[in-house]
Amino acid sequence: MTDKISKEPAAAPSGSTPSGLPYEAIKAIPVRHYGRWVSAVVVVVLLGWLVYAFSQGDVVWATVWDKVFDPSVIDGMWNTIIISISAMALGLVLGIVFAVMRLSKNPVTGAVAWLYIWFFRGTPVYVQLLVWFNLSLIFHYINLGPIYKNETVDVMTPFMVALLGLGLNEGAYMAEIVRAGIQSVDEGQTEAAHALGMSSTKTMGRIVLPQAMRVIVPPTGNEFINMLKTSSLVSAVQYTELLRASSNIGNTAGAVMEMLFVASIWYLALTSVFSVGQYYLERRFARGSTRNLPATPFQRVKKNLTTFKRSPEAKA
Amino acid sequence: MTGQPMVKAEGVHKSYGAAHILRGIDLEVQNGEVFCLVGPSGSGKSTFLRCINHLERIDGGRLSVDGELVGYKQKGDKLYELKDSEVAVQRRDIGMVFQRFNLFPHMTALANVMEAPIQVKGESKAVARERAERLLDRVGLGDKMGNYPSQLSGGQQQRVAIARALAMEPKLMLFDEPTSALDPELVGDVLDVMRDLAESGMTMIVVTHEMGFAREVGDSLVFMDGGVVVESGNPRDVLTNPQQDRTKAFLSKVL
Repeated sequence: MTDKISKEPAAAPSGSTPSGLPYEAIKAIPVRHYGRWVSAVVVVVLLGWLVYAFSQGDVVWATVWDKVFDPSVIDGMWNTIIISISAMALGLVLGIVFAVMRLSKNPVTGAVAWLYIWFFRGTPVYVQLLVWFNLSLIFHYINLGPIYKNETVDVMTPFMVALLGLGLNEGAYMAEIVRAGIQSVDEGQTEAAHALGMSSTKTMGRIVLPQAMRVIVPPTGNEFINMLKTSSLVSAVQYTELLRASSNIGNTAGAVMEMLFVASIWYLALTSVFSVGQYYLERRFARGSTRNLPATPFQRVKKNLTTFKRSPEAKA
Repeated sequence: MTGQPMVKAEGVHKSYGAAHILRGIDLEVQNGEVFCLVGPSGSGKSTFLRCINHLERIDGGRLSVDGELVGYKQKGDKLYELKDSEVAVQRRDIGMVFQRFNLFPHMTALANVMEAPIQVKGESKAVARERAERLLDRVGLGDKMGNYPSQLSGGQQQRVAIARALAMEPKLMLFDEPTSALDPELVGDVLDVMRDLAESGMTMIVVTHEMGFAREVGDSLVFMDGGVVVESGNPRDVLTNPQQDRTKAFLSKVL
């Protein structure tokens, strides 16, 4: 690794002009950014003080560390992951469907999509969850004629309620994100696809949506991370996710704040993991849009280390 | 050149709201002909070209390709609009090359050329790939097949776009100012490909400002202004000895 690093920058100074004549590489002392050092120290001191303050507070940290891997907390965390991913998947599918409907030439589908977005964005997700939870007040049976019939109470398990409540709400937001993505794609792309004889469906699926993904992915990552935390609302419909699992322990053990910290640690961990996933997803969809893909954080760290190592050479 | 014309326009009209762009275009493009459309910007030449594959809908007159009405079908004395899927079928046989290339940026050059035969004609990957490689070789880009459009120069992109249109084995090629977005030094490569295509007998309609190309390769030339055909004939005659004042005024500026 070190070998490769020292070669790259060295190649240029010892190089020569196209005509073959050697030239002298500039050996300058780089600008010194003293302000950066000072501000870094200030930030570290402030952070240290904050950590110290929390550690001295009236919180039993031993309990926090003790309960992080408590089985019921871990169960809750898995439930949070399961409901977040399922609801997000449902939201993404609905979002694409309703975005395409909204942009359709058909006025009926356009109006239906508009109405859906208007309603599900316009009412609190908490209320939506409770409506699904209490659906049996309105429909006692779910009756699909000869195919399927069951009592609503039996169908509406906590998971189903949570999935429908969060998923349909998310679909309305995703529809607007997907619509923005579709509209960001140059109209010439659609024309070119049509001119080749591609149908509208093929054009959307093969040409427009893949390009729209570049615009869709970043806000979708945002939505997903939001979803991880919004999913804590589903404890209201008897679905035991991370926050509920943690505070259950906290309430019985009299360690309310401690258990909230436990939950927060897991939320932070989940958010970090999925942010990394989002980063690589963005890279995947950036293919073709830039000549060279941007460096991954790992590559960037490597490069920063290189410049760090090179500076003594430059001085010499 | 006998038989029915490849493209026949009779009194074609087109408006965008209050703007009357095409005010009655009559012309015929024969099989195997290189047909050049020239004229000032806003004269309606690009709009007319886009009507030929129904990217724009005509409001009046009749426009047919290879004896078949474009975008409509006639039953008795009534015209019926075609469904989107039927229009798509008509477009398979008409290739189009755009001023701004419009390559699919998320696909390599090779994938750009393979896309339509696979998706539209249901061709197998192997067959589509074999033809795509041959076509990219033909336009001089055999070594750039794996490149994304952003990694190609304008001239190279336009040649990929030509190969992409040819992959559908069209009977008619439409060129909408194919060299107008290119650096002067890259124009030649694209014109060479078009010249080669003309020699192979392809019927081509070319909207262009390249008078040299029109004179050298064109079989017919139409000068349009204000949505009508002002003058038409053999390119060498029209360009060297224009009859109409408007043609003379235009040519004096561009030649």
